[in-house]
Amino acid sequence: MKPAPFELSQPGTLDDARGLLAAGDADCRIIAGGQSLGPMLNLRLARPDRLVALSALPGLTECRETESHVEIGAAVTHARIEDGDCPEPIPGMLRHVAAGIAYRAVRNRGTIGGSLCHADPAADWVTAMTALGATLLISGEAGTRREVPMRDFMQGAYRTALKPGEILTTVRIPRYSAGARWGYYKICRKVGEFADAISAFVADPETRVCRVVFGSTGGAPLERPALARQLAETGAAAPLDEIKKDLLAAQSDLSPVKLQQMAIAHQRSVQEALSHD
Amino acid sequence: MRTDCYDVYSIYRVIETPQDFLPNGYPTRRQERDSAVSTGIGARVARKEDRRLLSGQARFVGDIKLPRQWEAAFVRSPIAHGRILKITKPVAFADRVFTVEDMDDVRPIRAESSLPTYNVSDQYVLAKDKVRFVGECIAICIAPTRAEAEDIAEQVQVEFDPLPPLVDAARARESDAPLVHEDWGNNLFLTTDFDSGLDEARANAAVVIEREYTTARQCMNPMEGKGTLAHWDEKAEQLVVHTSTQVPHLIRTGLSECLGLDQGSVRVIAPDVGGGFGYKCVLQPEEVSVSWVARKTGRPIRWTEDRREHLVAGANTRQHHYKITAYADDRGRILGLDAEVTVDIGAYSVWPFTACLEAAQAGGNLPGPYAFQHYRCKTYSVATNKPGLTPYRGVARPGVCFAMELTMDAIARAVGREPSEVRKDNLVQADQMPFTNVTKKFYDSGDYPESVVQAARSIGLEEFRARQAAARAQGKYLGIGFSTFTEQSAHGTKVFAAWGLPLVPGYEQAMVKITPSGSIEVRSGNHSFGQGLETTIAQVASEWLTVDIDRIKVTMGDTGLTPYSTGAYASRGMVMAGGAVSKAAEELAGRVKTHAAHLLQCSPEDIRLADGNAYAGEAHVSFADIARSWYLRPDLLPDDVNTAGLEVTEGYKPEIDTGVFTYATHAAIVEVDTGTGKVAIQDYVIFEDCGRRVNPLILEGQAYGGAAQGIGTALFEEVLYDANGQPLTSTLADYILPGPAELPHFRLDHAETLSPYTRHGIKGVGEGAAIAPSGAIVNAINDALRPFEVELNQIPATPERILSALLATDPAREAAE
Repeated sequence: MKPAPFELSQPGTLDDARGLLAAGDADCRIIAGGQSLGPMLNLRLARPDRLVALSALPGLTECRETESHVEIGAAVTHARIEDGDCPEPIPGMLRHVAAGIAYRAVRNRGTIGGSLCHADPAADWVTAMTALGATLLISGEAGTRREVPMRDFMQGAYRTALKPGEILTTVRIPRYSAGARWGYYKICRKVGEFADAISAFVADPETRVCRVVFGSTGGAPLERPALARQLAETGAAAPLDEIKKDLLAAQSDLSPVKLQQMAIAHQRSVQEALSHD
Repeated sequence: MRTDCYDVYSIYRVIETPQDFLPNGYPTRRQERDSAVSTGIGARVARKEDRRLLSGQARFVGDIKLPRQWEAAFVRSPIAHGRILKITKPVAFADRVFTVEDMDDVRPIRAESSLPTYNVSDQYVLAKDKVRFVGECIAICIAPTRAEAEDIAEQVQVEFDPLPPLVDAARARESDAPLVHEDWGNNLFLTTDFDSGLDEARANAAVVIEREYTTARQCMNPMEGKGTLAHWDEKAEQLVVHTSTQVPHLIRTGLSECLGLDQGSVRVIAPDVGGGFGYKCVLQPEEVSVSWVARKTGRPIRWTEDRREHLVAGANTRQHHYKITAYADDRGRILGLDAEVTVDIGAYSVWPFTACLEAAQAGGNLPGPYAFQHYRCKTYSVATNKPGLTPYRGVARPGVCFAMELTMDAIARAVGREPSEVRKDNLVQADQMPFTNVTKKFYDSGDYPESVVQAARSIGLEEFRARQAAARAQGKYLGIGFSTFTEQSAHGTKVFAAWGLPLVPGYEQAMVKITPSGSIEVRSGNHSFGQGLETTIAQVASEWLTVDIDRIKVTMGDTGLTPYSTGAYASRGMVMAGGAVSKAAEELAGRVKTHAAHLLQCSPEDIRLADGNAYAGEAHVSFADIARSWYLRPDLLPDDVNTAGLEVTEGYKPEIDTGVFTYATHAAIVEVDTGTGKVAIQDYVIFEDCGRRVNPLILEGQAYGGAAQGIGTALFEEVLYDANGQPLTSTLADYILPGPAELPHFRLDHAETLSPYTRHGIKGVGEGAAIAPSGAIVNAINDALRPFEVELNQIPATPERILSALLATDPAREAAE
């Protein structure tokens, strides 16, 4: 389990990094924490000619806070978020999600941007950021910048809206009011394992925002507006059979076991959130 | 919060054994000794080896670097079954790639057996003509680094003519199944048939229970994978093989036979070994290939197994299927048991333990600790396109214990009694000991029902039922499960001969000597790979010689330095190597007394050994004085001195070959989350009797570690294949091992019934705790799910299986609960 030969470039600036990616003479991959790409390299499932390492780039490892938003650099590690070294758009949610990602050793190196760009359906941030209504800031050719809402970013298993040569630089998350509630429940075979089912919600009565999102669906996270409406209106999750019916309407190939786990995850995400009150 | 495992729960209890039950006046000290003054048998001392192991100073195969050493990578079969049409080496590296064509002087691994109906398999160490499982070695490639060797390996082109894969063991028994070995005409390594007659049981049965049970194929996953480094030593004219093994002397024999070398020309050294569990007790084809290439090229060659190789080519253990019919009376007493066992052996028979061992153990051990006398068992050991089955901690017993213990609970439910009560009635009773069971197992000593009583008391069975009912009323599903077993340990010559094995263990040898400065050296051909044998056999020497274990140096695992031993397997290390060291140390203690008597001018009978000195009344000489007289100042010794000196090699085996039986009852309380299918273990109790406890601390480690592996078997571990025989669990993201958060805080209690047949009353204990957890946990799950009338009979009991079973029940009934 040793990777095929590759060249490693460690650019000092974002411009240099884009330059390397744009050179076009080689199959180039971005590497940040390497917690997903590393194993794929070792298994020789990924065989890039060149790796461009971003985790040391200035700007990508910073967090900022404005009145309306929290911005997290793409190369900020899960561990930093877990440790509270990053502002929260809604108290406790980012820390909770970060602390549940894999194991501390993985969290020490793995980054939020790397996880989003890898777009593993069973990963945590793709679901959490959909629920939070995050926007991704992307740096493209010749310094152009564009913004992509998280719900449009992940397009399927391991597929994103990133174009060749583009780099995710920042995750921008709107701040929520003091009365906002969140829930995040995942079902895994064991602590630190990839999830079998994830359900997250963010509800802010002040701004009348409520999102219910399901992860580990085999593709992009699934947003279910009807379930969100029910939650916003009643303050409780729908009954199990209604949740299942709604999920089947969105994705008909869910097995009975998967469906059960997703529905239970939604119910418990709500129960846990309310029990905090 | 979980706290440190090594705390207060171990309760020391001694079952009194009549003094005259013990032969030859072996030390029978009953109390735990004060470890500050003694490091002998029974002392709770920290392990000698832990300083280097815990500080990263151990020396594994992967740590050794020899001049000019290169690394090896294997080209492995990507398909489960097919003919090899052509192998093309990359032109640039033709001299760095070797196939079976190059190795025409190497004999295949061939494990003969004298059992009737046995079909023998030839396993070429690099595939010849056919491949029979995904991961089978086809070529070996060498380069200065592993990465370069892998670069070469992926340039080797192999053309196949694919054959239909045989993945399912039941299918393997069908007459039109694809043949793994064409020349056999069927896929049966072995069939056995035991029948003591069931007519009476059938005629008198008030209850008949029929069940099928399935256990998963597993990987053993020692922390250190397999590794081998071979080189030719020109001065010694020897092939020197450092290899990660439990059985260095057996590997020497195996390598010699495959390579056609005199055994004197092969030296096998097992350095520090990071876990074995049985995976490292067989000759592996990679060991032979690496040795051959080292000899051929004159270069030290190392191969280090990576985790993916292990999870693919090492997916080799524990896959059984049982059909069981139990006949019982209206109180649940088993009158007779009818069983059919199918063992999925995979493609090849391992050497030396053969493809027979698993079925022989399954058939022989299924009745377990129970006293019933009517039994029929047919076993089928079938060939499939998977890696060859290798005995794993407990050998077949984790499977048979699971099947037997679930059957016991099914009987209890049928007769409406508490399963622990039915268990007690069925067990061999203390006043029946020693007891010969229906399969002629000789249970040497113990009180089996008492282990159930103690486990039930410890886990709080009486108050549990009320708690369970209250929890159910709140929609929480708790269950309790028990599992009782015997662990045959240190079974010897006659047993292995009866299994038809090519190698049969006899007398275990050990050497004990005093160095010129008065410290002690112990040498054993057995090996320590995590069980703490390095410490415990030093404790045995310390018991006789009264020297602190810090001054006892233990050397193991090197055929060039140690007396012959067949090695560490079958829970035999402590009984056998410990017994041999005891015998040699006893003899040495006698010689020390003779020397001391001369120096102190008294008679040897007046000498008493204590604290590393020889006393005659108040007068004493130290071991250093005695050693100096023999080695450096022989002028001080009399003319009739014992010329054998202060170095003793002795051979030992217990007074019986049939093994000594440790036994235990495990009890678990679980909560089943009926929403997610997840199982949480709330409490876990082990009550164990393994005879003399040489080091209680090490025993606790063995029990916790074994039970953790057993929980892996019960809830998590499973090698999955698709219909083409492709393994779907080739990384640890897919093959789930339990982690700390999945394990309960084990609580361990002990009885200590000394074996009448071994030195110091020791029984083996290494495998035991891995045997029972599946029975205890799945019985607890089924107890929890009784309101749903759901019963699981397959391991691992995954959330998927539990939820599927629950979702298949009538939803109306579920709602009614």
